[in-house]
Amino acid sequence: MLRFLMQRLLALVPVLFTVAVIVFLILRLTPGDPAAVIAGNNATNEDIDRIREQLGLTKPVITQFMIWLGHVMQGDLGYSFYLNRPVTELIAQRIEPTMSLAAGTMVLAVLIAVPLGTIAAWRMGGWLDHLLSGFAVAGFSVPVFVIGYVLIYIFAVELQWLPVQGYRRLFGASSQGVGPWAMQLVLPWCSLATIYVALIARVTRASVSEALTEDYIRTARAKGLTERMVLLRHALANAAVPIVTVVGIGVALLIGGVVVTETVYAIPGLGSLTVDAVLNRDFPVIQGVVLFFSVLYVLINLLVDLSYLWLDPRIRY
Amino acid sequence: MAPVLRSLLSHGAVRFGAGVLAVLLMIAALSPWLGTVDPAAMDSAHINTGAGSVGEFALLDGRTVAHTFWMGADNFGRDIYSRVLYGTRISLLVGVCTALVALSVGGVLGMLAGYFRAMDAVLMRVMDGLMAIPAILLAIALVAALGAQVWTVVVAIAIPEIPRVTRLVRSLVLTLREEPFVEAAKALATPTPVILMRHILPNAMAPLIVQGTFIAASAVLTEAILSFLGLGLPADIPTWGNIMAEGRVQFTQYPGNVLFPALFLVPTVLAINLLGDGLRDVLDPKFAKRGGA
Repeated sequence: MLRFLMQRLLALVPVLFTVAVIVFLILRLTPGDPAAVIAGNNATNEDIDRIREQLGLTKPVITQFMIWLGHVMQGDLGYSFYLNRPVTELIAQRIEPTMSLAAGTMVLAVLIAVPLGTIAAWRMGGWLDHLLSGFAVAGFSVPVFVIGYVLIYIFAVELQWLPVQGYRRLFGASSQGVGPWAMQLVLPWCSLATIYVALIARVTRASVSEALTEDYIRTARAKGLTERMVLLRHALANAAVPIVTVVGIGVALLIGGVVVTETVYAIPGLGSLTVDAVLNRDFPVIQGVVLFFSVLYVLINLLVDLSYLWLDPRIRY
Repeated sequence: MAPVLRSLLSHGAVRFGAGVLAVLLMIAALSPWLGTVDPAAMDSAHINTGAGSVGEFALLDGRTVAHTFWMGADNFGRDIYSRVLYGTRISLLVGVCTALVALSVGGVLGMLAGYFRAMDAVLMRVMDGLMAIPAILLAIALVAALGAQVWTVVVAIAIPEIPRVTRLVRSLVLTLREEPFVEAAKALATPTPVILMRHILPNAMAPLIVQGTFIAASAVLTEAILSFLGLGLPADIPTWGNIMAEGRVQFTQYPGNVLFPALFLVPTVLAINLLGDGLRDVLDPKFAKRGGA
């Protein structure tokens, strides 16, 4: 187990190194002098020189990369040009709204998608199955901001059941507790969950329906187990690995969706930090956020890999 | 070819998807003649005009024309119907170009990785790294670096799609290179580039076409998302995402500015996705059986 963990962590090194190279190169892709781009249109030559010095742009590219990587490894993501604050501090301030949105969406999506997919597989060809396959295609075709605005229109503007936009903190001095926090997040959660539900439910259906054709299902039914037990203990348990895998892969989708959802609902999280950073050409923030999300995504998928050991005792590393 | 064409034409999803796309292509080509006005023209007399109202529209050159505001006008007095129709052009262009760029770059890299052992390890590690960055985030960062023009948006959306194409082509090449017809070609001293282009590529075409369709669908969505976030093409170019981005501020009073472009965007993506599903069923049955991940 420990050896397996070490192996997997070592395997992450080349992936994370490549991510670092790509993130570093993104700024270098900018046509023209990055220092002039960052300084903006009203900058003097001295400003540009100062920024060039600050960024170490006078040194060779390889040296620049090694210095930058050294800082990143120590948790120093540089300074925001625009807000003049450490990028790590900016990310830390924005984590709570983003995590509330993403984690809540994930829980909601799994709670809806897994039972939905299981029942669709159990009654294959039934009305729920047809509904699900239609929903799966639609879920991938409707962008999250369209769902978001339709939900705002129905539930916040017309019915006025829920607040239109904004965010209330769960922790800290300005917190008003769980109730207002959750009320603000109901619509964002539902908007973002749609595509995730479509993804997970489709895989759950395929995986459970395959498990249902196995001999042990016939045996379980023959020995008189209830259908509920057959589905939960035998079919779903054996279908778990692909489901957990797709939940992990879907995190990439979720992260992209978070950026859009935060803009629709005016949630001050990492997504709106990213959008503002791009509008201000604040490259250290862009690089920091991309690195942060990529590392998060890779680590979540490491957890998914580790969970196989527990979900499927046949897997031995 | 003929039997394939026949089974394509008898497939419901293909017929529906291709039909909707044909209509959209006609709209894109004929948008100046479909009762539209200049999509950039602002008529201050019609700021926030409601949908369906009829009136006179003052053009940029001072002429006025009788005009029906099918979808109303926005807060600059621009006709939304005209902007949405012209927006079809950008969406289809970005969808097709992105698919072509991702397929050709990913195709070449995949063939190199699959055929030349020496390049395999390095190329695939780079692809692993690219895949570890969430696609929309990578596209956003690339647009930030490259600036927002049509070609940079296409490149920014295509790059995150390249690893998947590379992986697909690599795995196809790895199986195809063991086939007897490739061995025969090698025995005849056929140059490697000819083997790749004449013997391996044609056999990899079907899965590539299917993959390309799905890339086009997600490219249309991503372009709309980038524009919606205000990071895509400049605001003066009418794209569905830009129209929605501008409608965002006054959504609660005038929801039409956001919802009308969505009425075009959603069916477009749906049609391309359905076309892809159908093409997969017909052209690439093995992939369809695997559940198509």
